[in-house]
Amino acid sequence: MAKVYIPAQWRDLTGTTTQLEIEGASLKQIIDGLERKFPGIAKRLCEDGQIAAGLAVSIDGDISSRGLLAPVSPTSEIHFLPAIGGG
Amino acid sequence: MAKKIHVTTEINGEPVEFLCEARQSLLEVLRDTLQLTGAKEGCNNGNCGACTVLLDDQPVDSCLVLGVEAEGARIATIEGLACAAHLHPIQQCFLEDAALQCGICTPGFIMSTKALLDRDANPDEHTIRFQLAGNLCRCTGYDKIVRAVQDSAKALAKNAVRSGTERDQSNGNRNTTERIQIR
Amino acid sequence: MAPKNTEAKKYNVIGTRPIRHDGADKVTGRAIYGSDLRMTGTVHGKILRSPHAHARILSIDTSAAERLPGVVAVATAADLPNLKDKIANLGEGSVNLAHLSANVLAHGKALYKGHAVAAVAATSPHVAEEAAKLIKVEYEPLPSVTWVLDAMKDDAPRLHDDVRTNSMGKKSDKTSNVPTHIHFEMGNVDEAFSKADVVIEREFKTASVHQGYIEPHVSTALWNEDGHLTIWTSTQGSFTARQQTAELLQIPVSQVTVVPCEIGGGFGGKIAVYLEPVAAILSRKCGRPVKMTMNRDEVFEGTGPTPGSFVRIKLGATKAGQLVAGEAWLAYDAGAFPGGMIGPGCMCVFSCYELANARVDGYDVLNNKPKTQAYRAPGATQAAFACESVIDELAEKLGIDPIEFRLQNAVKEGSRRVDGPVYPKIGFIETLQAAQNSPHWKSKLEGKYRGRGIASGFWFNIGLKSCAAAHVNPDGTVSLVEGSTDIGGTRTSVAMQLAETLGITAEAVKPRVADTDGVGYTDVTGGSRTTFATGLAAYEVGLDIVKQMSERAALLWECKASEVKCADGVYQSNGKSITFKELAAKLSHTGGPVVGRAAVDPEGPSNGFGTHIVDVEVDPETAKVTVLRYTVVQDAGKAIHPGYVEGQMQGGAVQGIGWALNEEYIFDDKDRMLNANYLDYRMPTALDVPMIETIIVEVPNPAHPYGVRGVGETPIVAPPAAMANAIYAATGVRMRELPMSPPRLWAAMSAKS
Repeated sequence: MAKVYIPAQWRDLTGTTTQLEIEGASLKQIIDGLERKFPGIAKRLCEDGQIAAGLAVSIDGDISSRGLLAPVSPTSEIHFLPAIGGG
Repeated sequence: MAKKIHVTTEINGEPVEFLCEARQSLLEVLRDTLQLTGAKEGCNNGNCGACTVLLDDQPVDSCLVLGVEAEGARIATIEGLACAAHLHPIQQCFLEDAALQCGICTPGFIMSTKALLDRDANPDEHTIRFQLAGNLCRCTGYDKIVRAVQDSAKALAKNAVRSGTERDQSNGNRNTTERIQIR
Repeated sequence: MAPKNTEAKKYNVIGTRPIRHDGADKVTGRAIYGSDLRMTGTVHGKILRSPHAHARILSIDTSAAERLPGVVAVATAADLPNLKDKIANLGEGSVNLAHLSANVLAHGKALYKGHAVAAVAATSPHVAEEAAKLIKVEYEPLPSVTWVLDAMKDDAPRLHDDVRTNSMGKKSDKTSNVPTHIHFEMGNVDEAFSKADVVIEREFKTASVHQGYIEPHVSTALWNEDGHLTIWTSTQGSFTARQQTAELLQIPVSQVTVVPCEIGGGFGGKIAVYLEPVAAILSRKCGRPVKMTMNRDEVFEGTGPTPGSFVRIKLGATKAGQLVAGEAWLAYDAGAFPGGMIGPGCMCVFSCYELANARVDGYDVLNNKPKTQAYRAPGATQAAFACESVIDELAEKLGIDPIEFRLQNAVKEGSRRVDGPVYPKIGFIETLQAAQNSPHWKSKLEGKYRGRGIASGFWFNIGLKSCAAAHVNPDGTVSLVEGSTDIGGTRTSVAMQLAETLGITAEAVKPRVADTDGVGYTDVTGGSRTTFATGLAAYEVGLDIVKQMSERAALLWECKASEVKCADGVYQSNGKSITFKELAAKLSHTGGPVVGRAAVDPEGPSNGFGTHIVDVEVDPETAKVTVLRYTVVQDAGKAIHPGYVEGQMQGGAVQGIGWALNEEYIFDDKDRMLNANYLDYRMPTALDVPMIETIIVEVPNPAHPYGVRGVGETPIVAPPAAMANAIYAATGVRMRELPMSPPRLWAAMSAKS
C-alpha cells in the first residue's frame, strides 16, 4: 500500500498521524481513501476536480503533472508540496 | 510635426543621408530610420553599452549621441564588421569562445573590442576589463568575453581567421575546465 | 518511464564545443529580437504608470490623450474582461487570473509605484509618450508598506481586502497581507535542540533584486481582421504567453499565435506577461500592429523582482560536528499580488544537509512593491544566504574545516529533505570533494584584509512538457523543430543530443525554434529544464528516426528491420552497411520522407548541487570588496556543451556576486524606487569580477538517457553566502544583510573596531 505523508498543517484533521498507508492505484483513489479516513482533507487538496492551485504532488520523488490521474504503485511514497517552478 | 534636419554622414564606409528630428538619438536613427538594428537599446541613458558604435573611431553610446551629430562624421556599426561572407576575427573568436549567451549585448561588446584592439594590439586582462566596463552583460559573467578579446588580439596579430580543424585541435584560450566524471 | 542511462560511454558529439547554430546571426547583429521587428503600419504603445506606491484609482480620463494628433487608441482595465477568482494552470504553476489581469492594468487600486494604469497607442513612440502624460488619473493616495515584517503586522496598510492565509489548503478566518503560510516538520526539533552541544541562531535580511536582463520587455501584437491575434514577443515561453494572454482576454487559445523573437535575457522575469495583452487590446481597437517596449526604469518598477526577505535560522550540532536540529522562519515579499517564492525557499533552506529534526515556517507577504517573479532558483538564494552563513559559523565554532563539516552532514541518495521527498542519485558530496581538491582551495591566500569563503547551494530543476519534430533532408542533414526559446545556446545543446542519437555531427542538425503553431506544446525555457527535457524530446525524435531509417535499410537489403543494427550513424546487417547520409539520399524512393516526432513530460526534478569558493580583499578605508578569485563547482550530470554549461555557472555566479555586494531596490520615504536605472542599480561590470573558474562534476542523472541535469539556476544560490563567509574571514565581521555594500560593510567594520 502506498505510504502517504501528511503535511503538518493538516494536524487539525489528522491528529497525530504523520504518515499512513492507503490503498490505491491512482492519486485520485489515494485522495478518496484519505478523505474517507479524514473527512475534509480532499477540500484542501483539490479544487474543481484538480489538484489545488499552488500544490504539487511528489510520487517517489517525481512531481507528476498527471494530477489526479497519476499512477501510484504499492510501494509509492507520496508527499504534498508547494508547487515549484523556476526562473 | 517638428521640422526634420538633413544629415550627411558616412556609415560603414558608405555615404549616407537621412532626415531626423533634433530630439532623435543616433541610436534611434540607426535603428528606425536606417534599419540598422544591430545596435540595441538596453537603457537609453548611456549605462549599458548595448548601443555602442564607433564615431570617428571612438566607441560611443549611440543613445547619448544626437542623430544630427552624425553630420560629417564616420560611423561604424556591427553591420559593417564582417567582410563579404566572412566574419571578422573578433566575431569568430566570440563564437569559438562561447562568449555570448542571449547575444543582446554582443554587438556592443564587439564594437568596443574593435575600438580597443585598434588602439592597443595586445591589452592585458585588466586593460580589457577596464575598457569594456561600459558594456554590461548579465548572462556570461564576462569570463568568456575577456578570453574572446584576448583571442581576438592574437588572431588579429596573426591576421588569420581560425579554420574549423584548428579550432578543434587548439585549446585556444578557453577555460581548461576540469571535468570529473562519476560512474 | 525513464530511459536507460548510457553510462560511461564515449560520446561523439556530447561533450564537444561546436559553434552555436545561431552564432553568425548573433555576432553580426542580424538576429531579430523583439524590438528589431519591422512591420508595415506599426504604431507604438506606451503605458502610463502609477506615481504612488499605494492609491485608490478614483477616475481615469483619457479624452485629452485621444485628441492628440497621432493617437489611435487608448486602453484601461475596463477593456479587460472581469476574471474574478479564475485560476489557470500555466504549466509551471497556477496563476490567479484576476491578479494577473490587475497587474497588467490596475483594477481600482495602484499597488506599487510603476503599476500600469492605462495605455495609449500612437504613430510614433514620442507621440505615445506625450499622449500618456495627457491621461488624467485621479488618485487617492493610501499609506504604503515595503518592509516584509512591517507588512505582516495587524495594523499594516492592507493591499487586498479578501486575502486569507492559506496553509496547505486550510484557510484562516481573518484577512491579512499574508496569503500563504508554509510549514514543514520532521522529527522532534525542540528535544533535539535541547540535546545539542552547540546551537546558533541568527537573523538575515535581503533586499529586492532584479533579474537585470539587458533587453527590456517588448511585444508587438496584431489583432487581424479575421479575429486572429498574433503576438511577437520577448518571452521565455511562447505557449505560456499564449495561454496567459488568451485567458486574460477570454478568447480561445486557438485564436492566438505567439511568435517568440530572439530573447535578450530572462532569468525568470519574462515568464509572466505584461505588455502582450495591452498591445493586443490596443491593436483590436485601431486595427494595426501595436509595438510596445519598456524603458529601463519601467523594467525595474513595472516587472517582477525577486523577493526581499527576512530569514531566521537556528542550527544545532554535536561537538563531533553532527547536525542534529534545524529551525527556519522565513518571510518573503510577494509584492503586490499573492504567489511569491516562499514555497521553494522553504524547501531549499536545509536541502543540502541531513537533518533528522527540522522545522520550517514560511510566509508569503503582500507589500507595495512590484509583484515578485522568479529569478533563477527563486527563493533559494535568500534561504542559502542565511543557512550557509550559520553553517560557516557553526563549523568555525566547532573547529571543523568548512568543507569537512559539510561533507559530514551532506545529503546523498536516500536522504530525506525536510519537505518530505527522498533524494535519488545526486552529486552534492562529489561537488564538495571536487572543491576540496581544487587548485583554488589548495592555494594559499595571504595578505591583510583577505579572506576565503565557501558555500553550497541546491536547486530542484523541473521537468515539464516539450515537443519536437525533425525531418531528414536528402543531403543527410536533419532539420529539427522545437519550441524552447533559446536564451543561452539551448538550440545547440538540444541539436547536439539529436545528433548524438542519430550518429551525425552537430553541424548536420539544423535547429529552429518554432512559434506556437509550428510545434507542439512546450513549457518555458526556465527552471533549468531545457537541455534536460527538450533534449529528451530530441533524443526520442532521434530514436523515432533511427527506427524508420532501419526500416528503409531493411527494405533496401530485403531483410527484416529487426536484423538492422545502427551504431554511430552506420546501419548494418549481414555484412552490408550504409551511412546515415547515404541512406538519406535514398529516402524518396524507399517510401518518402522520414519525419521523427516526440512529446515528453518527464517528471524531473534533476537535482542540481553546487559549491562555490571565493577569495576577497576588503579595503579597510572604503569597505570596497574586490573579488580576487572565484571557483564554481557544480554537478551537471552530463555537460552536453561544456562551453555553455561553464557559461551558466559563470553567469549565475556573477549575478550572485552582484546580489551580494551592490544590488538592491532603494526606496524613498513614500516607497518609491530611487534607483531605477543601471547607474544606481549597480550590476557587476567586467571590471568588478575576475575570471570565474569552473569545475564541472558529472554524476549522471538516472532519469535522462545522457545523464543531463539542469544547470542554469543552481549557480546563483551559493554566491551571497560564499561572499559573506569570505568577508568574515577577511574582516572578522559577519554580514547578515544584503547587499554587503560599502556603506553597510564600513559601518559594520567601524562598529566592530
